[in-house]
Amino acid sequence: MNRAVPRRGLLAAGALIVGFSFSNRARAQLAGGGEGGAGPPVTAPHLPGSLRSTPWLDAWIRIAADGAITVFTGKAELGQGIRTALLQVAAEELDVPPSTITLVTADTERTPDEGLTAGSHSMQDSGMALRNAAANVRLLLTRAAAEGWKVAPATLATTGTGHVRAADGRTRPYAELAADLSLHVEAVPDAPLRSPAEFRTMNHHLPRLDIPGKLTGAQAFLQDMRLPGMLHARVVRGPSVGTRLRDPAWAEVAATPGIVATVRDGAFAAIVAEREWTAITALRRLQDTPQERSGPPLPGMDPAATLKALPAREITILEQAGPGGTARHRVRARFTRPWISHGSIGPSCAIALFQDGRLTIWTHSQGTFDVRRVAADLLRLPENRVHAIHVEGSGCYGQNGADDVAAEAARIAVAVPGRPIRLQWMREQEFGWEPLGPAMVTELEAALDERNRIISWRHEVWSNPHNNRPVDAGGVLVGGEVASPFPPPEPKPIPMPEGDGSRNSNPLYALQDMHVVYHFLPEMPLRVSALRSLGAHLNVFSIESMFDELAAAARIDPLALRLAHMEDPRARAVMAHGAERFAWSSRPRGDGRRGCGMGFARYKNLGAYCAVFLEIEAERETGRIAVRRAVAAVDCGQVVSPDGVRNQIEGAIVQSLSWATQEAMAFDAGQRLGFDWSSYPILRFRDVPDLVEVHLLDQPNQPFLGAAEAGQGPTSAALANALADATGKRMRDMPLSPARVKQAMGAI
Amino acid sequence: MKPVWRHLLIAGLAGSVLAAGVALALAWEPAIGRVPRPDPAGFDPAIVARGATLATIGDCAVCHTAPSGAPYAGGRALGTPFGTLYATNITPDEATGLGNWSPAAFRRAMKDGVRRDGEHLYPALPYEHFTHVRDDDLDAIYAFLMTRRAVDSPAPPNALIPPLGFRPLLAGWKLLFLHRGPVEPVPERGEAWNRGAYLVEGLGHCGGCHTPRNLAGGEQGRRSLAGGVAEGWNAPPLDGSAGGWSIDALVTYLGTGLHSSRGVAAGPMGPVTEGLSQVPAEDLRAIATYIASRTGNAAPVPVQERAEEAARAHPEGAGLFAGACAACHGGGAPMLARNRPGLGTATPILAADPRNAIQAVLQGIPAPVGPDRPFMPPFSDALGDRQLAEILAYARARFTAEPPWRDLQESVTRIRKENTRP
Amino acid sequence: MTVRLTINGAERRVESPPDTPLLYVLRDEVGLNGAKYGCGLGQCGACTVQLDGRPVFSCLLPVGALEGRQVRTVEGLGTAASPSILQRAFEEEQAAQCGYCIAGMIMRAQALLDRVPDPDEAAIRAHMQANLCRCGTHMRILRAVRRAATAMRSTVSRGTAP
Repeated sequence: MNRAVPRRGLLAAGALIVGFSFSNRARAQLAGGGEGGAGPPVTAPHLPGSLRSTPWLDAWIRIAADGAITVFTGKAELGQGIRTALLQVAAEELDVPPSTITLVTADTERTPDEGLTAGSHSMQDSGMALRNAAANVRLLLTRAAAEGWKVAPATLATTGTGHVRAADGRTRPYAELAADLSLHVEAVPDAPLRSPAEFRTMNHHLPRLDIPGKLTGAQAFLQDMRLPGMLHARVVRGPSVGTRLRDPAWAEVAATPGIVATVRDGAFAAIVAEREWTAITALRRLQDTPQERSGPPLPGMDPAATLKALPAREITILEQAGPGGTARHRVRARFTRPWISHGSIGPSCAIALFQDGRLTIWTHSQGTFDVRRVAADLLRLPENRVHAIHVEGSGCYGQNGADDVAAEAARIAVAVPGRPIRLQWMREQEFGWEPLGPAMVTELEAALDERNRIISWRHEVWSNPHNNRPVDAGGVLVGGEVASPFPPPEPKPIPMPEGDGSRNSNPLYALQDMHVVYHFLPEMPLRVSALRSLGAHLNVFSIESMFDELAAAARIDPLALRLAHMEDPRARAVMAHGAERFAWSSRPRGDGRRGCGMGFARYKNLGAYCAVFLEIEAERETGRIAVRRAVAAVDCGQVVSPDGVRNQIEGAIVQSLSWATQEAMAFDAGQRLGFDWSSYPILRFRDVPDLVEVHLLDQPNQPFLGAAEAGQGPTSAALANALADATGKRMRDMPLSPARVKQAMGAI
Repeated sequence: MKPVWRHLLIAGLAGSVLAAGVALALAWEPAIGRVPRPDPAGFDPAIVARGATLATIGDCAVCHTAPSGAPYAGGRALGTPFGTLYATNITPDEATGLGNWSPAAFRRAMKDGVRRDGEHLYPALPYEHFTHVRDDDLDAIYAFLMTRRAVDSPAPPNALIPPLGFRPLLAGWKLLFLHRGPVEPVPERGEAWNRGAYLVEGLGHCGGCHTPRNLAGGEQGRRSLAGGVAEGWNAPPLDGSAGGWSIDALVTYLGTGLHSSRGVAAGPMGPVTEGLSQVPAEDLRAIATYIASRTGNAAPVPVQERAEEAARAHPEGAGLFAGACAACHGGGAPMLARNRPGLGTATPILAADPRNAIQAVLQGIPAPVGPDRPFMPPFSDALGDRQLAEILAYARARFTAEPPWRDLQESVTRIRKENTRP
Repeated sequence: MTVRLTINGAERRVESPPDTPLLYVLRDEVGLNGAKYGCGLGQCGACTVQLDGRPVFSCLLPVGALEGRQVRTVEGLGTAASPSILQRAFEEEQAAQCGYCIAGMIMRAQALLDRVPDPDEAAIRAHMQANLCRCGTHMRILRAVRRAATAMRSTVSRGTAP
């Protein structure tokens, strides 16, 4: 971000504003969801969660004269249920029924900037902010009542209905108290929180607010929005990143009835039509021409060969000498993961309207405020002329095409002002142009002594940056395509403790003589960015596979080996609880076909604890793995929405099984070959487990710990471990596809 | 399934009547005694591995596995106009599978179509071909099957209309159509060709579908690989009468299920290519070498496209094609940018008989269980007979220079009805 | 050209060009949200609607072919205030994460329950195989379908009790 300001065209006002925002961003680079997006600077470091950067209570909570309560969050609903969970938090600490609150999510003109909704940070950032802000507001309301009644605040209570009640039974409604109260005050860090024993909303089941509409065809998604006069756009590109169309029939298409405009700016091209089907057929006509490679050829698909050949920057993650000892068993192994698609069911979509010099963008990006920054940069507009509003889209699981399509819609809207432009990518554009989850390689070596203590541990990981979230125009496709292109952002690792490729490479286990190195690979032969859990997926897969390999070498129980090296009592409790619910000690033993395995991690060593236990059957004849049972135990601190956490972990288990058994983006030198669900298959109903159980360990009054990504690593690891238990074959390269499993198992 | 079975079962009757006297005398076969189930550890792993490959080439799992069922545990229903046959359990389960079969009993079943207890087997088991398989190969398949997991899974009883359930009638059929003996080698054709001939004529039983059957339901020996029918689909001729193939093109097609200028395996051929994707490269090449020697290497018809004329001739078909088909098969479709075959190369569109084209749109191409392969949604519930006929007529006119199909809509109606029969 | 068809029980004339797939007619002309664009290739099921009671991919269904036919979408089953048995079962099981696939899931499942009142687990899975979910909500979707089947049977049996 160390750019000269202003760096292009002296556009006085805009450049100044942009310049200031850059300097803010540089300081706050990692505030946004822990995944490298921009975020506002921290001004109140003593406060919890996002209050650190937005300490003013009225930024979070407003109470109108009629008692209507509005709560604001800078986080966004991505299908993870955060809207409902945050509402539960606010309702609990305000001590009002959730139905009396209106919740406003990420909107650059209404809500605090809380950076990205990513990295399982929403409860930690926004949940903690709302909880404390609401407690502050309740404190202020109670004090106001105490003053009015001339009694000690300690004698007062709230009723759960939006009233403060005195010891003698008198009550006053919040609306009345709030009328004389300014909430434009900074939060204090020690406003008393409600006691878990008295919870009315938190840790109770509250059905998700968004589900009824989604079941009945309400306008639930950005894709469903219809604005008056709205036009339909499609971007015109080759099959995948680094390709272009040789000779599209522009003249013919431009003359087609129903085509309103063709927009071309450098290599960026789009068509705009009155009807969506007209836009699609025009796109197909334009694509009916040979394509050619515009970028360098793609590398080989083998992750180890490709990644280890790239120039690396060595980053020491952990260096902890130990007393050493005599190794009785030593295991060395390499683990890999291929490039994985986010695979959103709904291709990315955005709507943009440019009118009277102001741009409005409706986006399902995880970084609503970044969408504004990017569009302002791309179009050289002052940020205060750009309004970005989050509207739900299809699940994204990281950085899919959402940011790209938002910037593209904005670019088109400026060319076709006055009418809303709805742009949706086609299925093959999502597969071909979105950033993929990066491939990774790890190499581990560990030794056990004669007492089955791990006396040395080496972990090296090779990875591209997972953090390529756009914070300016250079980070989105259109920024590199326009006639005066923007330079791509400088690749950066996310430092520990969050980490990116290094995430969870530092084991939570108490081991001796630990050396962990991150070979950060800034050169990206394929376009990549964040995919749910980032590097934790392969790092946890590797560590947890290694524990089972060591246990197998020493012929000891893999759970016992883990517990013998785990000091964190919550981690031990999660493993023990999961083992008990799974009946680990009486599990069926590996018999060539059936087997059991486990995986554990505390996400980032900061978030939720999660242990996953699987019972599988591997079919020798086909190489298919059937998961008979999946049992997970989770400690995500104070539970807010029990069913919400279970839903997220269930989903993480199924998605991780899909990654680990089926998924790899194929490509040749010229293009990505995965473009539809036949060339990039994912798990379907016949392949999902027979049974998935999620058990929560509630931790009353402990901080909220993000849970949404906690299951990815442990599940894939548990699968490899169960397969090894079942078949005696250790598979270290994902995906554990039927062809590979069949080959590993052999005919007998 | 239906037409082949109609022939086959009529044949069972006709053949038996023709050869009644002899047949009844010959119908009796002795039972071969039960043996204790062999210890899987007693088989040589190398032989088991060879058996695995041979069983794959023989497509054993395709018929002997129910949808979502355990491999080789049987139970797959074969519907016929005369009732339903069920594939048997060929895992080594003692009560319901082959557990107590000796190698000799297995060899006899494969070569003579006789069950261990002496009953005749229906020729759904293609013993007309398996009879050519060498004993050491049959023993390897036996070793492979006997080292599978024993699955307790009785096949449901066949439900055939009388008197077809009377198995001794099959003796007559065999007298006419079962020609025992090895595939004679032709030394001057070389090793690969001879290996291919052995696999294609024997275990691979390609002729089971690709050779026409006579009125009595036996394969017409003189018209070997001249094209047949299978499960409601035409199995195209492999004798050169419907275009040539190179060895390389066949290797690609058989091993992956598609070839960018030859089309996609559909219908019953889909599972066959799924199996062949797993056989050793040299066996696949041997099969291709032999088939290519039969098809000849004549160049395929040049691909052409006449969208405007076709649309003028079939305006309704053109519109329906644009909405229902063009997303994959139209100009600029993403599938075509990945070297997937265009419709101009697809044998069903080029064929004189529209049957396979009709089946492809009615049934689609199901997604395979394992590999990433093209698949196609079925349109039987979405579009009516007239609409499908319009689409097919348009596609034929747009992508080929062949004459229009006649009575297309009637064919769609008839085949749709066939498909819905039990 | 005008096509007359029945959508959720009401006869409707639509003006979109006849090659337009039903999906875009439903979304852009009729203003219904349930059927979603997912792939446009008949591979994911997000666009699933019922045509004369059968589940079909509306993304590959030219509207010109639909003269006189009956289309049912998720909007035709029930409303948030008065959901159908199946919609209620999805609600009770909280069977959605992002929910983009869910309307298609419901329409496919409904077509099964309309024909088979008591499907077993294998039959449900086989029937639902055509529809994709990326969030991993499969287990809840399966539970919801089973729950709805049970509820429908008890409704029927109550209805026919002497």
